Amino acid sequence: MADTSVQVHRPAEAAPRRASMAEAVRRYGVLVALVLLILFNAAFTPNFLSWQTVNVNLTQVCAIVIVGVGMTLVIAAGGIDLSVGSLMAISGTLAPLIFMGKLFPVSPGLGLALAFTVPIVAAALLGLFNGWLVTRFRIQPIVATLVLFIAGRGIAQVMTNGNLQVFKEPTFQFIGLGRVLGVPVQVILMAIIVAVAGYALTRTVFGRQLLAVGGNPRAARLSGIASKSISRWVYAISGALAGLAGLIVVARNGAADANLVGLGMELDAIAAVAVGGTLLTGGRASVIGTLLGALVIQLVRYTLLANGVPDAAALVVKAGLIILAVWIQQRAKGSS
Amino acid sequence: MALVAMHGIRKAFNAVPALVDASLEIEPGEVMALVGQNGAGKSTMIKILTGAYRRDEGTLTFDGRPVDFPNPGAAQDAGISTIYQEINLVPHRSVAENVFLGREPTRLGFIDWRRMNREAEAALARFNVSVDVQAPLSTFNAATRQMVAIARAVSRKARLVVMDESTSSLDEREVATLFDTIRTLKRDGVSVLFVSHRLDELYAVCDRVTIMRDGATIGVHPMSAITKMDLVTAMLGRALAAAEHRLHDAPPHKAGAPIVEAAGLARGRRLRDVDLAVHSGEVVALAGLLGSGRTETARVLFGADRPEAGSLKLDGRDVAFGEPSEAIEAGFGFLSEDRKIEGIIPDMSVAENLTLALMPRLAKAGVIDRAAQREVVNRFIRRLGIKLASPDQKIRELSGGNQQKVLLARWLAMNPRLLIVDEPTRGIDVGAKADVLTMIRELAGAGLGVVMVSSELEEIISLADRVTVLSDGRSVRDLHAGEIDETSIMAAMASDVPTTGAPHG
Repeated sequence: MADTSVQVHRPAEAAPRRASMAEAVRRYGVLVALVLLILFNAAFTPNFLSWQTVNVNLTQVCAIVIVGVGMTLVIAAGGIDLSVGSLMAISGTLAPLIFMGKLFPVSPGLGLALAFTVPIVAAALLGLFNGWLVTRFRIQPIVATLVLFIAGRGIAQVMTNGNLQVFKEPTFQFIGLGRVLGVPVQVILMAIIVAVAGYALTRTVFGRQLLAVGGNPRAARLSGIASKSISRWVYAISGALAGLAGLIVVARNGAADANLVGLGMELDAIAAVAVGGTLLTGGRASVIGTLLGALVIQLVRYTLLANGVPDAAALVVKAGLIILAVWIQQRAKGSS
Repeated sequence: MALVAMHGIRKAFNAVPALVDASLEIEPGEVMALVGQNGAGKSTMIKILTGAYRRDEGTLTFDGRPVDFPNPGAAQDAGISTIYQEINLVPHRSVAENVFLGREPTRLGFIDWRRMNREAEAALARFNVSVDVQAPLSTFNAATRQMVAIARAVSRKARLVVMDESTSSLDEREVATLFDTIRTLKRDGVSVLFVSHRLDELYAVCDRVTIMRDGATIGVHPMSAITKMDLVTAMLGRALAAAEHRLHDAPPHKAGAPIVEAAGLARGRRLRDVDLAVHSGEVVALAGLLGSGRTETARVLFGADRPEAGSLKLDGRDVAFGEPSEAIEAGFGFLSEDRKIEGIIPDMSVAENLTLALMPRLAKAGVIDRAAQREVVNRFIRRLGIKLASPDQKIRELSGGNQQKVLLARWLAMNPRLLIVDEPTRGIDVGAKADVLTMIRELAGAGLGVVMVSSELEEIISLADRVTVLSDGRSVRDLHAGEIDETSIMAAMASDVPTTGAPHG
């Protein structure tokens, strides 16, 4: 369980029934929406209940969930990270450059090892840079991460001279195309990341201190919590996860395009976090919620497409979902 | 005839009375001081006068006519201008624009810049302020900005200017300039209502003083006819019968070795020169009026703010805490003044709030040992008698008194050597108050050093082994057992010159 508020909710003595309803909707709304979507599709969408459909949807949602987990942690600590899409582009274009030996000459084996590690480390360091801007200069997170949102994609384009890199490298592409026991590797990675982050957020000192910093930074500092160091770590983790998502996306496509990798990802991730019930002002977060939120958004899109509604209309529905999620949060906030 | 006459004013918020029988009269051209402790009702009174609140009962006449301002705009139109602590001007626009904000002179529908600049210069010249009125306001110091606010008020033909803690952000020279301005206003027949916690300022510039306590006006005196001592006594009240039985009269005890010794602590304008020593087993109270530097001293001790000057010794060795975490490492705990802003993490459970500081010690390889956490939580819930439905309940659902006990437990769980408590009984009910005070007493009995900041003399007299009295950012007296009584504390609070020795100095 990654829900941070697993405790039984006890409304204040005179709390109106409506408020606890709102709280229940906030907590279980995403789950209910997901179940309803699955039931709807099972009834009306042809071939929905097939292994193929499950895999398609899970594969589509992987990158968003992996980035969304990082985003959940950043938002829980009271920040936000707009740079994730650009960091995906850097990591996604860096990997082929390394294993194709365009950056420096390497043996194929070493090149592959470096292609997995160097981009993720680079993205983590850039995330650390975000954290440094936020904590050292007290720049608002939305502005601090805007720096790499803009510059990051530029860096990726400069590295590749703006060219599309096409490659066929089965070992590297295993991360995006491979399967273990029929389950896509990226789905396994996603599940591990969700489980680890959920556990860390609920059970570890780091996770609880992170939520304390997001919930009341001044009280956290006076309780001896090293809030700056926690913030820096959180941005580094968000960067590393964006780096991993970048690798998965280019491996899946067999091509790296600095202009397109991770484009708009920051907004998809924030949408998943919001729909998942994490408080956007910090202090309350649910990693499982983010997973469910991403699945709901994906499934709504799939449902509309499978039933002949154009993608453009699906975008409008996605926006509606976000408004609904935020509205539910506002209502629940007034309770207890 | 009085310019302002307020009589029998009552005002309650959610059935909690803020004003019960308040009155205020200001003559034309008079500078009236309004004083009282926190919660005495000063700001409610001002807000009723300036139209921000409506009164429940009572009469308000302005310039001889009964009035009832529905909003601040109406009061301004009638001639009452308020200059707030945080001045409500537009920093990035020019001085002239700020003076004429909302009523710029126009010509053919366009702003008449030349006329506006000329008139703004003239308005400021009255107060001997000559600045480039076309420069943005943000380029000037706090005093000049206040002057601009006053010029703005006067150019709107104000009959009464209300200054609420106007001097708190000014340095001495700036205060002097402001006083000149007040005298100019007075000469022109404009009345001033002046609120300040600095007693010296009242004597420097005010004609009379209105004293409030517990929502009522308890006295009006000419400034020249009341001594500082009487003023402080009137503000704090004499209902100190409860202080008779001192909690620690029963078991006499001795203080141990010094834990901390601070000398010459200074930071900004609020904290100028504070000496303080705390021994183990001793409760040292920091007494003083609001703004005397009590909280600032506590924060500097705990590493929450860095001192600009002074030294801090821990067990005789020099230390400098850069962050609260370092002070906590050294065995300090700090119960902050404002529970909501600096104490609780509202969305977290009671259990987690209680173990917030302890958490790293409850973990194995970074993972919290829940059984150990639960054991600590249950122990302290029992020990402090915290009333709750479950330790997993969110702390914001608890009453103020129980929240305070949880926060006290947060530090007790750390087994500290020195506990700093800032207004430990503020906003909690009588039962919880007694529990908290008894707990502090017991802790000191067990060898803990305690620094207690408190506005309540009763609390200080009943609990403290020693009292360090602060005035205007300086430690002015150190009172030892036997000299701790109402009179000597008040005398020290009202004093300016640091004195030591004789209890009645």
